Amino acid sequence: MIELSIPISEEQILSLHAGDAVAISGIATTGRDAAHKYMVDHLIEGPRPLSAEDQRLIEELKTIYRGGAIYHSGPIVRNVDGRWSIVSSGPTTSIRDEIYEDKVIAAFGLRVVIGKGGMGPRTLAACKTHKAVYVHGMGGAGVTNARAMVEVLDVFKKQEFGLPEAFWKIRFDHFPGIVTMDAHGRSLHEELGKTFDDRLAALLRSG
Amino acid sequence: MTVFGHLRIGRTMKKTKVQCVATNRVDRPVFGEAVFDLVRRTACELPADVEQALRRAHDEEAPDSTARMILASFLENMVLAGEKQVPLCQDTGMPLFFVHHPPGLSHRAMRRVCEEVVVRATREEYLRPNAVDPVTDRNSGNNVGKGFPGVYFEEWDNDPISIALMLKGGGSENVGRQYSLPDDGLSAGRDLEGVRRVVLDAVRRAEGKGCPPGILGICIGADRGSGYTHSKHQLLRSLDDVNPNPALADLEARILREANTLGIGPLGLGGKTTLLGVKIGALHRHPASFFVTVTYMCWEHRRREIRIEADGTYRFTG
Repeated sequence: MIELSIPISEEQILSLHAGDAVAISGIATTGRDAAHKYMVDHLIEGPRPLSAEDQRLIEELKTIYRGGAIYHSGPIVRNVDGRWSIVSSGPTTSIRDEIYEDKVIAAFGLRVVIGKGGMGPRTLAACKTHKAVYVHGMGGAGVTNARAMVEVLDVFKKQEFGLPEAFWKIRFDHFPGIVTMDAHGRSLHEELGKTFDDRLAALLRSG
Repeated sequence: MTVFGHLRIGRTMKKTKVQCVATNRVDRPVFGEAVFDLVRRTACELPADVEQALRRAHDEEAPDSTARMILASFLENMVLAGEKQVPLCQDTGMPLFFVHHPPGLSHRAMRRVCEEVVVRATREEYLRPNAVDPVTDRNSGNNVGKGFPGVYFEEWDNDPISIALMLKGGGSENVGRQYSLPDDGLSAGRDLEGVRRVVLDAVRRAEGKGCPPGILGICIGADRGSGYTHSKHQLLRSLDDVNPNPALADLEARILREANTLGIGPLGLGGKTTLLGVKIGALHRHPASFFVTVTYMCWEHRRREIRIEADGTYRFTG
């Protein structure tokens, strides 16, 4: 298990290879469909000047994401006496954000994208250009993952996006995952996909 | 079987409350408590057959493999969720209730109970709010919306009410597929060999996206809409049962065996177990149509069933 502490350096990212198991610690946010669409449509490509609220959000996110991570997850959260905590929070399917992620990586300097199911060629190219990796989380293991999300520090866009889709700013402690797309242009998903195709073709021939 | 696509709660229901003897038992608080217990347990504890299948899959993978590490984390998650009584997965899905009831019971009254229970379960964090209006993009915040949760009814001659609940996650739902045979690209004709070919294609296309090792619910025949509904009914079957139709039993076993040679494995990152089960049903088709409908269930197959007696006592039957 390779330990990654946010902020993560370019050298550390370059030392990672598809197939490596990692444990991520530090401050990051969740962000899924609504968050990615908003970042690209408003914060990255929206008309300037930004509204005061968007300006605050982009500055906050820049601080968190520089050398940091975004986690594709829509958590179940609990609020006791005004304090939020994470109850269950496994990764959600990442490919839905394929049209946004390369722009988010480029604009914010993200080093790690955490999700499940892998991403496509645009994200893979952005990982290579901007020195980032895609980490595959333990899909469905919501409670194991929540255990590594030790403190909720803040939340953005809660009203507008709803609880699952908001940006939850969280302190991670040894969050487990597997690098499946590295900064050297390798995608485990792409490689495995070719094997699956060959095996399916063999089964259909034998019909 | 009736599917209600419209929301009727609160004031509307009270005004139109059906006065029949059998409905009283649904209105009593004990009935709602039983259904709440069903939701809570379904969200937090996997059924025994699914747990056993995951343990078997874990033991079959090589000791230092990624697949075994992933399956170990699944098993750990299962234990943790049970101990803490919190939802196994953050995506508690779309709740689908399958109700069998004696004659004379109001469907609206039972639907209202299901809605009240999911509202409470959402408030108590057993369910994530998942009902989104597709026009305004607003989340209702309480898991109630038009057609949400799904409630399916069937009348039977028994006195107890049986309610099965499935929490159907979005990621796995997205990789379900419906094929219309013949399918040129897959050389799939209108026979069981054609069914085999398209189902294997569906497993390949789903790869890691539906959170494998998955379970397939399949319907051969029917119209498009009933095909999807019936494929979900198949997912209520135990992993260990044997299809009473020998031809379908053979097909289930063959597809399971062959899909597990694809190498997709846990979460699609490679491994021996791609599927935990294949369950196939068949409904009569129109002469012009031959649909094969595949619903994909993730490894965390959250389904439970309770039987509620007329006096309000209940027990888990699945």
